[in-house]
Amino acid sequence: MDRDTLHRFLYDMLLARAFEERAAQEYSNGNIAGFLHLYPGEEAVAVGVIHAAEPSDYLITTYREHVHALVRGIPARQVMAELFGRRDGICKGMGGSMHLFDKQCRFMGGYAIVGETFPVATGIGYSIALRDLPEAVICFFGDGAVNQGTFHEALNMASLWNLPVLFVCENNHYQIGTEIHRHSAVVDVYKRACAYNIPAEKLDGMDVINVYEATRHALAKIRAGNGPQLLEFETYRFRGHSMADAGNYRPRSEVSSQASRDPVETVIHEAGIGYPSQAEIAAAGPDLVDQLVCHVSATGHFNEQHIENVRREIDDVVEDAVQFALSSPSPTLQDARDSLYCNRRHETLLEASHHD
Amino acid sequence: MTENLMLWQALNRALDIEMASDESVFTLGEDVGLYGGSYRVTEGLYAKYGEWRVRDTPISEGGFTGLGVGAALTGMRPVVEIMTINFALLALDAIINMAAKIPFMSGGQFPMPLVIRMPGGVARQLAAQHSQRLEHTLMNVPGLRIVVPATPQDAWWQLRQAIASDDPVIVLEHELLYFEKGKLDPVTPPPPMHQAIVRREGTDLTLVSYSRMANLAVEAAQQLAEQNIQAEVIDLRSLSPIDWETCARSLHKTHRLVVVEEDCRFAGAGAEIAAGLTERCFFDLDAVPVRVAGLDMPTPFNAELEAASIPRVEDIVSAAVQLTGTASRSG
Repeated sequence: MDRDTLHRFLYDMLLARAFEERAAQEYSNGNIAGFLHLYPGEEAVAVGVIHAAEPSDYLITTYREHVHALVRGIPARQVMAELFGRRDGICKGMGGSMHLFDKQCRFMGGYAIVGETFPVATGIGYSIALRDLPEAVICFFGDGAVNQGTFHEALNMASLWNLPVLFVCENNHYQIGTEIHRHSAVVDVYKRACAYNIPAEKLDGMDVINVYEATRHALAKIRAGNGPQLLEFETYRFRGHSMADAGNYRPRSEVSSQASRDPVETVIHEAGIGYPSQAEIAAAGPDLVDQLVCHVSATGHFNEQHIENVRREIDDVVEDAVQFALSSPSPTLQDARDSLYCNRRHETLLEASHHD
Repeated sequence: MTENLMLWQALNRALDIEMASDESVFTLGEDVGLYGGSYRVTEGLYAKYGEWRVRDTPISEGGFTGLGVGAALTGMRPVVEIMTINFALLALDAIINMAAKIPFMSGGQFPMPLVIRMPGGVARQLAAQHSQRLEHTLMNVPGLRIVVPATPQDAWWQLRQAIASDDPVIVLEHELLYFEKGKLDPVTPPPPMHQAIVRREGTDLTLVSYSRMANLAVEAAQQLAEQNIQAEVIDLRSLSPIDWETCARSLHKTHRLVVVEEDCRFAGAGAEIAAGLTERCFFDLDAVPVRVAGLDMPTPFNAELEAASIPRVEDIVSAAVQLTGTASRSG
């Protein structure tokens, strides 16, 4: 892995964490309302997967999607302004936290109904396959989504027609407050894919390099014409389901033990100077050692100062995003009507009441 | 150029023309391909365009309707056929939460050039789960357009206009109309997709209806003429948006309104039509608007009960006679 790639991972993961923590603060300040689902703990999945994709690939995701949007390249300003419900938000304040879209980035939306994205991803895949384009679609979903009928319907069709869809499970072990053992008869999500003859595997989702390599490998198989693939990344969210959730259903010991697997700390560690200590090697587990040593030695190093500079740069980006959002006006009802009727061609509506 | 053909043939030709002229148009649904479509609408298209553009799907309404949404997001123009509107209940998330809302939620970034065709209505002894209309459910969804063609001519143009539209459009077809014949004039420019048409001129009262019931209203008007009652018949053609202007012009002339619908009366489309026109035309009206509608019950299987559960021509005639018998306009 080259230094630039590592640098981008580092930057995006630090940005993701800082952005989300600031969003939580702005929620408490009353600048963000509604449901706010934050991503700390899961950054390695978004960063690893999205960096493995090409700009020509499509992404579709869930209501916990701010970080996906940021990593995909939507400016923090426009994401924050959307969370604030302002006119300069990426969706002009019509979508909000759970519905970020960016046509240019092929960011096909965050969706707030669990499981509804599978068919849409399949449709995007169908359109790619029909036109025989060298593209793919990546569909993010949580472990709770696999019990919806749409999961099974979509996997069946994607496999039947060999569509270029990468299904990415962000398995954080909870559907809102119900732990996976209590919501799924089969707790290994990847095993369900075999029912539809879709190759699948389960991986550590706390290690960004691991996520990146696995995704690249899966996308290469898709581009070679092997049809859909499914990756299950085991991860963990450090916060509750949303800002409205204090997370009382989780034992404190569980949360703190997961915190030691913090993916942001992991990437700093991997990008850091020198070789890991014996104790760190033992703690990381044998699978990570080769990778770690290899990357640190072969790719050039980042020192503490560098990481500190990145942090400061990100603080400025996030502060700027908040100021931008604060200074953006609220959209008007006319803006809302324009969003609703923007696609009506050829015809003038007769309903005067809509334009009073 | 004008010829007589059945409504399914008009739809079939409309789809064929659009598929031939635009490669982004494709159709999918249960049995639309090899089988040729349950009501023959896609007949011959599989052989002509191949399986990628005429796709037989598994029985997965939620899945393949959502697939249509995804394809539309990338600029394709999918025409999803749901075998009957009864099965659309399984696809309401894709229709209501996605197709109708994505253009809006994205701040206008994503058009939704999706067409969803589905037959509905009370047919012949199909019983409660295969005989209903759900237009009221869909009418309550901002962002959707709903067209309800009653003639081959309208079916032909409205399907083509729906495919050309960047809005999500539901084409509600009626199972009993597929094999009815009518004129098709492919040359005369069509009215806009949502515009109502006056199917028959009259001065004594206005019958407002749509789909198969509009044809029954025309029949009723013919019978009323024999009793010297001149009914004006308006075929709405579109339930969202509704062309209020055409209706209001008529009521300004006739002062009496009968709304005819096949669906259950309670909270149905007729309730909106009657309320909307009362608000707009209150001072033109000589009497309380009358709704002739289906009974508030699931469709019975028994043929006689089935027939009695929805409006018949004689029901429309008798409502009209009763209404015109009320006190004439004062002043």
